[in-house]
Amino acid sequence: MALPDMQSPSALQLGGPGDGAGTEDVEVALESLSQWQLAWRRFKLHRLAAVGLCIFGFMVLMAIFGPILDPYDPIFIPNAHVPGGDPPSLAHLFGTDDVGRDVFAMVVNGARISVTIGVFSMLIAGIVGVLVGAVAGYVGGLVDNVLMRIVDVFFAIPFLFVILVASRFFGQGQLIPLILIFGLLSWPLISRLVRAMFLSLREADFVEAARAVGVSDFRITFRHILPSALGPVIVAMTLIMASNIVLEAFVSFLGFGLTEDQTSWGNALSNAQTVLSQGNWWWAFFPGMAIALTVLAINFIGDGLRDALDPRSRL
Amino acid sequence: MLKYIVRRLILLIPILFGLSIFIIVLVHALPGDPCSSILGEHTSPDRLAACRHGLGLDKPLYQQYFDYMAGVFRGDLGTSATNRVSVVTSFLTRFPATIELSLAAMVVAIGVGVPLGIAAAKRQGSVFDNFATVASLIGISIPIFFLGLLLAYVFGVWLHWLPTLGRVNLRIYDFSHAGTNFLLWESLVINHNIPEFIDVVSHLILPAIALGTIPLAVVARITRSAVLEVLNEDYVRTARAKGLTSGRIDRRHVLRNAMLPIATVIGLQTGLLLGGAVLTETIFSWGGVGSWLFQAAVDKDFVVIQSGTLILATIFVLVNLTVDISYAYLNPRIRYS
Repeated sequence: MALPDMQSPSALQLGGPGDGAGTEDVEVALESLSQWQLAWRRFKLHRLAAVGLCIFGFMVLMAIFGPILDPYDPIFIPNAHVPGGDPPSLAHLFGTDDVGRDVFAMVVNGARISVTIGVFSMLIAGIVGVLVGAVAGYVGGLVDNVLMRIVDVFFAIPFLFVILVASRFFGQGQLIPLILIFGLLSWPLISRLVRAMFLSLREADFVEAARAVGVSDFRITFRHILPSALGPVIVAMTLIMASNIVLEAFVSFLGFGLTEDQTSWGNALSNAQTVLSQGNWWWAFFPGMAIALTVLAINFIGDGLRDALDPRSRL
Repeated sequence: MLKYIVRRLILLIPILFGLSIFIIVLVHALPGDPCSSILGEHTSPDRLAACRHGLGLDKPLYQQYFDYMAGVFRGDLGTSATNRVSVVTSFLTRFPATIELSLAAMVVAIGVGVPLGIAAAKRQGSVFDNFATVASLIGISIPIFFLGLLLAYVFGVWLHWLPTLGRVNLRIYDFSHAGTNFLLWESLVINHNIPEFIDVVSHLILPAIALGTIPLAVVARITRSAVLEVLNEDYVRTARAKGLTSGRIDRRHVLRNAMLPIATVIGLQTGLLLGGAVLTETIFSWGGVGSWLFQAAVDKDFVVIQSGTLILATIFVLVNLTVDISYAYLNPRIRYS
């Protein structure tokens, strides 16, 4: 039976402890490329994943080209026509904020920040998590014990709160420190997963065979075991990307993230919160929807990847 | 069983030690300290130094750590630098608010999530099943704070159906002399005041929905897959062949066996609620632990951040231990040793 914590799809799962993946549940054989082709075939059949891929692709395109094409500067302050901001109109599709800045421009520019944070923090978490998990699982013994106790501590941390404190004071409101913080705090989930799979795979026949032929440990780790363990890792990485995009919005929303002059979705929501009671919903609604849609799209993709790469898992 | 519990509790100690070191290093690596927050920017270096000396912040870090831990072992978790209230006192007054909110959120999550998951599993592949799957993915994807704002706007600002701020209408009801901070309990059981109770409940609804949505979606998904798995088991077919009523099969055979993964997820999500509570509490001005820690972070109130985080982590680990123990009761095949 697979342990549910790995498979529970929550985007905010990272604070939870668990024992990594149910090792016996992992599809082991990936001897040739055809397995990946099979996975790709399964992935393409997943309708929700296709929808997710379209939405996320759109967000990425918007992040790259949007700010170039958009006529409005998200920081430029014209004069608001209506106190509290103009409702959506043809000139301003998503309305304007209380000082007349275009909300559509905020959404487009915010995409750039969210996608950047999501992708790069995911890569950092993936690399660190795989390295730590591989070392712990392959070397075992004392090294494994120490590394896993560190991971335990990470899992016991009230994650959202620590990330709040860390981003405010180490992040200094800048993008690159925030990416590093999110990445360096979200790897433990992956390392547990990788370790669990290494523990079972290092006893597998094909590894023993490789060892018998005299293949180096380094090559066994990265050439023989890792590819077999990659499926669930990729799924976990999509979850981490989704959760880190939400986290950025979360810390910025509470005023602990990016500085005010950067247009992130969280900042927009945070500023909009104060005037929401006056009835101008559009300022909060569109950035919020952008976050929700992006995360939804990534979760759809993750769902499809799970079905494709880990066909025996139950979710 | 007892041995297992004791061993798990002993394992807790190194984790909490590691955590305390991590937190104190993190907190002290921050630029600034509580003194700069208390005294403001326009203060003399002398007063700043005096304040730092008063709080013991001028000692070396390891010394501060040992002093702090010595206090912890005596049961003294320190005193807030900003309002001079002991951390334990603040925590005890605020934790009931968070417990009430978290319990209400879990009631929403379990009360809706489990039936939804079962219904979806029994109609696998149907329109309803697909709808439930997509809906739960949407529920997982909506950030709590956005959902909270949305709910507050629609039901508070726009429709005026429900209050969106605080735990009770302070203009009408006064709980300042209540024995505990569990307002549901105080209003219903102690005061026997039904309108008061209804007011407390109405304040609870929107925050509970906001906080409960993600656990709801997760619980629904896990329930669906767990029930699906059990429905395909031989013993369910046997039970059906014996001619048992479907209600009895559901209760005695399906649900009982599907309960294990569901309980795991419920436990994990209960722990995670504490994190989500920070957001929900700030949006709905809920005077719980979340908003307390948030304020401590704003004020750089070192002691509150350290102790608050340690308390929360301990609770989180204990909740997980309880979940693990409850497995043995839910599934007699599991024996801990």
